[in-house]
Amino acid sequence: MSEEPILSVKGISKSFGGLKALMDVSFDVQRGEVFGIIGPNGSGKTTIINCITGFISTLAGQVYFKGKEITGWKPHKIADAGIARTFQIMRPYYSLPAYKNLIIPLWSPRARKTGGWRGGGKHGDRDTVAVDILEEIGFERDSRVPYKLSSTLPTGYQKRLELARCMALRPEIIFCDEVFSGLSMSEIAGMLPLIEKMRDEGITLIMVEHRLRELFRVATRVMALNFGEKITEGEPSFVIEDKRVREAYLGTEEV
Amino acid sequence: MEQMRKERIDRGLKVRTEGLYAISSYREILYLMGPRLLLIVGVLALPFIFELAPYWKRVINIMFVYALLALSFDFLANYVGLVCLGGAFLTGVGGYFSAIYNVYLSFPTYLAIPCATITGAAFCTLCLIPCLPLRGVYFAIVTLMYPLLFTRIIEALDILGGTNGITGVDGFANQYVEHYIIILVVIGFLFAMRRFVNQDIGLVLRGVKDNDQSVRASGIDVTRMKILAVFVASLIGCFGGAYMAHLYMWAGISLFALDFSIIPIASVVIGGGGTLVGALIGSFILVPLSEILRAFGTFRIVIYCIILTGFIVFKSEGLMIFMQRKYHQFERWVKV
Repeated sequence: MSEEPILSVKGISKSFGGLKALMDVSFDVQRGEVFGIIGPNGSGKTTIINCITGFISTLAGQVYFKGKEITGWKPHKIADAGIARTFQIMRPYYSLPAYKNLIIPLWSPRARKTGGWRGGGKHGDRDTVAVDILEEIGFERDSRVPYKLSSTLPTGYQKRLELARCMALRPEIIFCDEVFSGLSMSEIAGMLPLIEKMRDEGITLIMVEHRLRELFRVATRVMALNFGEKITEGEPSFVIEDKRVREAYLGTEEV
Repeated sequence: MEQMRKERIDRGLKVRTEGLYAISSYREILYLMGPRLLLIVGVLALPFIFELAPYWKRVINIMFVYALLALSFDFLANYVGLVCLGGAFLTGVGGYFSAIYNVYLSFPTYLAIPCATITGAAFCTLCLIPCLPLRGVYFAIVTLMYPLLFTRIIEALDILGGTNGITGVDGFANQYVEHYIIILVVIGFLFAMRRFVNQDIGLVLRGVKDNDQSVRASGIDVTRMKILAVFVASLIGCFGGAYMAHLYMWAGISLFALDFSIIPIASVVIGGGGTLVGALIGSFILVPLSEILRAFGTFRIVIYCIILTGFIVFKSEGLMIFMQRKYHQFERWVKV
């Protein structure tokens, strides 16, 4: 591909004490892709998100966003540049109603620069824009749900709220840290069209996931990690056939 | 035996969400305005109520200073998540700044106080900036330490009047000016803060309290927000200190006394954290109480502690939250 990748990760390494969490991981993501990162527990999936979004420091390696190096930037600067993320452990603002949760990203410098949500002008009423975004993400507008305290929402809505928080920034890349985990089959079925819609809007999605079947329905390319090392990368159908990936998940055949 | 349960129902006036009301009659307007008017009128009338007890009129002034400190503590602790154990730091800095402006630079009183409030707050904020990027107890520890540090510096270097303090600070024109300056400022700060925490920027601060990582991921510099919050809280506290320096016509190391750190916190516990008004109510109860208990000599600390413990054990939510619930909700016993 001749096009410049929107995100380029070159040789990232990270260790916690003696534990090598990431070893020389490199990958490129093109604009508009749904890029999956898979791997067994403890393989460094969440660590790689934390490294790229600046929440933890890296030992070595560089991250380029649209050709510009962002290694070592502060998390809020990276978010301001257009890389949003969700958290694996949901972190809504517990003391606020759901729609008020979105006031915070909508207040951020980036949202003010980009003019909030489509249509919602620069000085548009943030409450209205917030409810618009929530509706977009699957909160029933005329029900009580958007106005409920976020701590009282069911898991499915809390996950959606995490995505809504990202969407309010109008990001170019969203890192989704296990958005499907802890959801029932029907809730996941509701989330998938949402992911597709975000992709169709031109947002590049990078999804860390345990639920492989659901991930492979939306992902264009997948990278597999094991013990902090990249095993393979490619189309979902190619990755799932890879012997090393199977071994990582199921163990080797020798006894 | 039949089991009974207390059922609580919101009054019809309250719709869907907090802070949004459907008002359709004068009665309902009165229902909403009543408590606020009662507070404002009551507070404004206090100096006249105590006209015959001059000693208590002095207590009123101090009570309002403590109310300011409690307001500042409540804002930082319950809206930004920073536990400030250094009310004394704010009063001390505010008081000394105002005394310096007034005595050394001969600013008039009414210019010295605002100047001291702003520069004092800036000074406090600068002192506290190093511990703002950190999470955890560091902020609390550092704020507790600063008053002790500045007391020792002033004692050891014998600067700013040393242990004698700065004397000859101008007082206020008369008693009523003394009262109404602090009363109006307290009311002003109270309603300003209530508005501030419900603005979008206030929501961002509340977000920092609930979950700073998420605010960071939203592209907002959390440290800068904390600096802003500390500055606002310092403004409130430094005004209290500056006012006291002029009230006593003296600024000394007793402005850094531990009382200014502890009584406001106790007031917030009694009044109800996170309500802002509760901070006022708490200090309106605690400060006169500790004056009454003076008759018991050193034994008053014991009584004071018993009352505080009682509140924490039996009404840990605080008076204001309790009263708000009684006011806004019907209660009835229903069968389980």
